[in-house]
Amino acid sequence: MITRRTLLKSTAAGGLLAATDGLFKPALAAGKVAKIGYVSPQSGPLAAFAEADKFIIDGFLNAAKAAGLQVQVVVKDSQSNPNRAAEVAKELIVSDKVNLMLVASTPETTNPVSTTCESEGLPCISTVAPWQPWFIGQQGNPGDPKSWKPFGYAYHFFWGLEDVISVYTNMWAQLSTNKQVGGLFPNDGDGNAWGDGKVGFPPVLSEKGYKLIDPGRYQNLSDDFSAQINAFKSGNVEIITGVMIPPDFTTFWNQAKQKGFTPKIASIGKALLFPQAVEALGKQGHNLSSEVWWTPSHPFKSSLTGASSKELADGFTAATKRPWTQPIGFVHALFEIAADVLKRVDDPTDADKVTAAVAATKLDTIVGPIAWNGAKLPPFAAKNICKTPLVGGQWRLKDSGGYDLVITDNKTAPNIPAGGKMEPIV
Amino acid sequence: MNWADTILQGILLGGLYALFAAGLSLVFGIMRLVNLAHGDLIVLAAYLILVLVDTLHLNPFVALVIAMPIMFGVGWLLQAYVLNRTLGPDILPPLLVTFGLSVVLQNGLLQAYSADSRRIPSGYLDTASISIGSLHAGVMPLLTFVSAVAVILILNRLLYATELGRAFRATSDDAVTAGLMGIQPHRTFAIATGIAMTIVAVAALYLGTRSNFDPTIGPARLIYAFEAVIMGGLGSLWGTLIGGIILGMAQTIGGAINPEWQILAGHIAFVLVLLFRPRGFFPRAVD
Repeated sequence: MITRRTLLKSTAAGGLLAATDGLFKPALAAGKVAKIGYVSPQSGPLAAFAEADKFIIDGFLNAAKAAGLQVQVVVKDSQSNPNRAAEVAKELIVSDKVNLMLVASTPETTNPVSTTCESEGLPCISTVAPWQPWFIGQQGNPGDPKSWKPFGYAYHFFWGLEDVISVYTNMWAQLSTNKQVGGLFPNDGDGNAWGDGKVGFPPVLSEKGYKLIDPGRYQNLSDDFSAQINAFKSGNVEIITGVMIPPDFTTFWNQAKQKGFTPKIASIGKALLFPQAVEALGKQGHNLSSEVWWTPSHPFKSSLTGASSKELADGFTAATKRPWTQPIGFVHALFEIAADVLKRVDDPTDADKVTAAVAATKLDTIVGPIAWNGAKLPPFAAKNICKTPLVGGQWRLKDSGGYDLVITDNKTAPNIPAGGKMEPIV
Repeated sequence: MNWADTILQGILLGGLYALFAAGLSLVFGIMRLVNLAHGDLIVLAAYLILVLVDTLHLNPFVALVIAMPIMFGVGWLLQAYVLNRTLGPDILPPLLVTFGLSVVLQNGLLQAYSADSRRIPSGYLDTASISIGSLHAGVMPLLTFVSAVAVILILNRLLYATELGRAFRATSDDAVTAGLMGIQPHRTFAIATGIAMTIVAVAALYLGTRSNFDPTIGPARLIYAFEAVIMGGLGSLWGTLIGGIILGMAQTIGGAINPEWQILAGHIAFVLVLLFRPRGFFPRAVD
């Protein structure tokens, strides 16, 4: 809310800043500093998602300065805790008075922040969470599709469950198998969605002629998977799929090998996202497959810096001595959209104008074209969701040790080049 | 359901839980100190072994031999300079201090090693197994179990056949009277925690080779350690092994019926033991 006092204060502060370096600014900056709030899990179990944050924000601030945008970024750590995420979002809105909220990485971070922004009437852009848990998870009654309402201020870009399912089945179709699939779905948000009898894997698999053996929802951090392995062995399973956390997949995979069970294909979500987790499997990670959201070989460019996907990844590795990871592209795209939106609004402090600018976005980012036009989405999600392309890939052991992620199926997004064909696990 | 396999895997899993619990059992038995940072100390030791394996290219078992005396030192210093100051008639200060230590360890490890999911590589042993008929037992799980039994055998010998063990038991029974007999309770405690930390290093090796760990995974492992200690009876080391095996078997049998019940079945077994044998199977002394 703008009172006489805050109006005086903000115009005075803005005027002061404009006076100091306003001489060289183009007219569109109009003397108002835009404040961006950014929430991500910098510590705690989800911290690997946020490891590129500093690199990307520094790059964003430099690029924004060069483009003549007056912008500040206030970063807050969710500590991988949903309650904390909501709390810092509130702080950003109430004390820091940010004009635009950005949030990334897993529903545990994106949902509380988006919900807080929605109730406070602040524009929010979110990413790195499949759209179903983001959209449906924020509804008052997730069980009743009739009651689902679009959001006024919260916007999201990422892929959805239906994309993972088609990527996986496309990969499997490349190899000849007996079509017996073993499911490893944990009892958490992701596992329940993937294993759901209506929106998850089971209906699509039976439609495509696969038989799913799903022993049931296990708890995360289980130390023993002999029940599942026995079920898969007796069911003569040749394909394994699921969405597992890295420690559970390692426990399962080693135990399976110890018990003499090796499927031809293992397509696992979540556990194989980060190269470090695959390397932790030693030589046993060869030809494991997973969905791929972004790689340095994606044929897209940053609208902010003009860098190609490869240049962004190399820049990160040069700055931090760390291998590239998939979330980097998406966090960068998040800031690309923020810069684009702020360029298109004349008054960043007007929440409704900023929201309208977000909704009108048409931008080619480093993760693909972004526009909230409802393409390939059900009507209820059309307003707030934008889907990015998803392909499938396999981890290949390099001769020098370490792993390469090779795109092995691009039927879902033919503009992204494939680097090879599916190979069975031996 | 393959009964023989389910029970075998449960027993082997019990070995891992017994290893988690043995250090906790020793410390609790001697000084009635509940160490809430036990899980995080296991993770700390796992990182120590990982660093030795990574930088010196050692076999993980050789790395363990180096890590054990280092962890003894860590335990000794921790007890001598931190935990001893918290011991007293009030049980709350050690709880709070070890809880704080747990937070410090997690965030310290996060700073030092990032949130990467890591694992101690054990080469071909990762997937090696021994088969008897239709039963397959992984070599690493077998080694885990054998180590758990060995650790408990050695600890028992130490407690009941050495002078140090006598000092431990005396201090545990009555620290003041033991003090009158020339035993320095605080020194005894420091040695006990040092020994507990050497066991923690053994547990860390098997935790770190079995699956991935990251700085925040410790507390999740602590609960199984507590359950094994309490089911077995406070202060009884063989009881701790039995407690671990019951927990492991309850989990695999529960999991074989339905994977949703795997973890729950372990907790239910724990509740049942508490209901019918509130002091566990082999309580050492009347407290």
